[in-house]
Amino acid sequence: MDKRDKIVWLVVLVLLVAFPAVGLSRYLQRVSSLIFIYMILALSLNIITGYMGQVSLGHAAFYAIGAYTSSLLSEHFGWNFLLTCLCAVLMTGFIGWLFSIPTMKLSGTYLAIITMGFGEIVKVLIINWESLTHGTYGVQRIARPEFFGVEMKTTNNGMYYLCLVFVVLTVLFCIAIERSKLGRTLRAIKDDPMAASLMGIELSHYKRLAFTISTALAGAAGALYAHLSGYIDANSFNSDVSMMILSIVIFGGMGSIKGMVLGAAILVSFPEVFRFVAEYRFVVYGLILILMMVFRTDGLLGGNSKRPYTFPRFVKVKEGEVKSDGASGGQ
Amino acid sequence: MALLEVSNVSKQFGGLAAVSEVNFHVDQGEIISVIGPNGAGKTTIFNLLTGVYDVTEGKIVFNGEEIQNKKVQYIVNAGIARTFQNIRLFKNMRTIENVMIGFHQNTKYNTFDSTFRTPRFRKYEREAHEKAVEILNSLGFGKYIHSYAGNLPYGEQRKLEIARAMATGAKLLLLDEPAAGMNPQESEELLQFIKELQDKGFTIILIEHDMSVVMNISDRIYVLDHGRMIADGLPEEIANNQMVVEAYLGKSEDDAAD
Repeated sequence: MDKRDKIVWLVVLVLLVAFPAVGLSRYLQRVSSLIFIYMILALSLNIITGYMGQVSLGHAAFYAIGAYTSSLLSEHFGWNFLLTCLCAVLMTGFIGWLFSIPTMKLSGTYLAIITMGFGEIVKVLIINWESLTHGTYGVQRIARPEFFGVEMKTTNNGMYYLCLVFVVLTVLFCIAIERSKLGRTLRAIKDDPMAASLMGIELSHYKRLAFTISTALAGAAGALYAHLSGYIDANSFNSDVSMMILSIVIFGGMGSIKGMVLGAAILVSFPEVFRFVAEYRFVVYGLILILMMVFRTDGLLGGNSKRPYTFPRFVKVKEGEVKSDGASGGQ
Repeated sequence: MALLEVSNVSKQFGGLAAVSEVNFHVDQGEIISVIGPNGAGKTTIFNLLTGVYDVTEGKIVFNGEEIQNKKVQYIVNAGIARTFQNIRLFKNMRTIENVMIGFHQNTKYNTFDSTFRTPRFRKYEREAHEKAVEILNSLGFGKYIHSYAGNLPYGEQRKLEIARAMATGAKLLLLDEPAAGMNPQESEELLQFIKELQDKGFTIILIEHDMSVVMNISDRIYVLDHGRMIADGLPEEIANNQMVVEAYLGKSEDDAAD
């Protein structure tokens, strides 16, 4: 990460930390927390779609599994949120890993359709496996997370800050991925799987890894959502949610962490901000997406950077050895 | 002992014999060219050598070890790397990143290490960056380090593919038509470049149509036609070989009348 990025991140973080000081209504707190949750979801899908170039139309399924795992454990055993959330992450990651095994050889449209089918299956399971999920009644009165006797609510900014902490951790984790062998490898697979394989990359291993990490993150987002809203049912995780996550990834700019954060902020807040145009807001919403894709195919912040490559700080490349010409190339 | 020994290798696709009972060997430090008309099976041989295809029959011994039908990753590790007839760089990655992908198998840390920035992560990342810069500088790529591979001039893309293959730690480089689409000046440069690779200790198998390159650079030449090796020898022997001329140009009417 170069200096400019660091400054931007710090400023945004300070603003977000200070934001509740203006006195947020419960409604605003809920919307902001929801934006944070969608940031995590977008960052999660970004690993599969942005880095590896595979489209998932059923990401809400993993979001749902996380939400149900955490809320049901909390309901039955009364465990602390951190523990139920951890279980949600592990459970969702495990199911993501299982999911990736039979779909290993698939990519592109085939994988997209399968993920969509998986999303539907999970939804039907939630509705019909009543003994576990309470079917259409949903899980009700989900306990608020509690730390050292303090309940995280929307009246004391607790949920806001809890979600923010999760976003910060997720962003840091994604930056670590991006600037490591894993990030490079996934992008290589996106650009040319055949060439990647002939460089010694085991494609199936990395596909599994990407799926596991991505779905585990979606599980964390699910846990947050369940304890934020206090009530979940199958409709909380329908295909609209999957579409929303994918829209954020494409709109924000595939492969860009900043893009995911900005994209989620814009797309999730949009319907709220544009309440004054009533039912027309979704027309405007659709129009914005269309215009974006026509005039900025890389999304808000996607595409190849114009700045020079940033070497990790611990790498000392001798002065004069690398002549910087930006990223423009030879022409 | 030969570095690479291919004996009686055949490859069938259904009823079609792409390669039949091919024999050849490559010694350490040699530049070997494989030539032949389009569809003769040259690229198929590269795919067999790199494990993309399994052989139907026969044996491939590399560095004293049988490698036929082994996994692609295993063969890369053993020391064979290749370039592609149609350039297959990671276009949306930078030059230096392309080379670092070549180090993939020798960058030995996992996601835990990179998340928590362990000493192991730092060690291998430092190594990968430094070696990549070293390779790129040694090939005169210094000024392109930050560029995206897709933005490089054509000739440089060809070279970068070779650099990436070198980064895998390969002893044997398989170059699939590196001079394709190059103008005479570019192919002259490439010729020098490949000779430098030989001086650096690499062994090279070359598939090439550009005869000025082939004749100038090869220690020995193998000629493939319809999946069979029809001739082999020194460049001047091949240039005067009747069968080779026929394979490329067809028989003249006088010969056909015989």
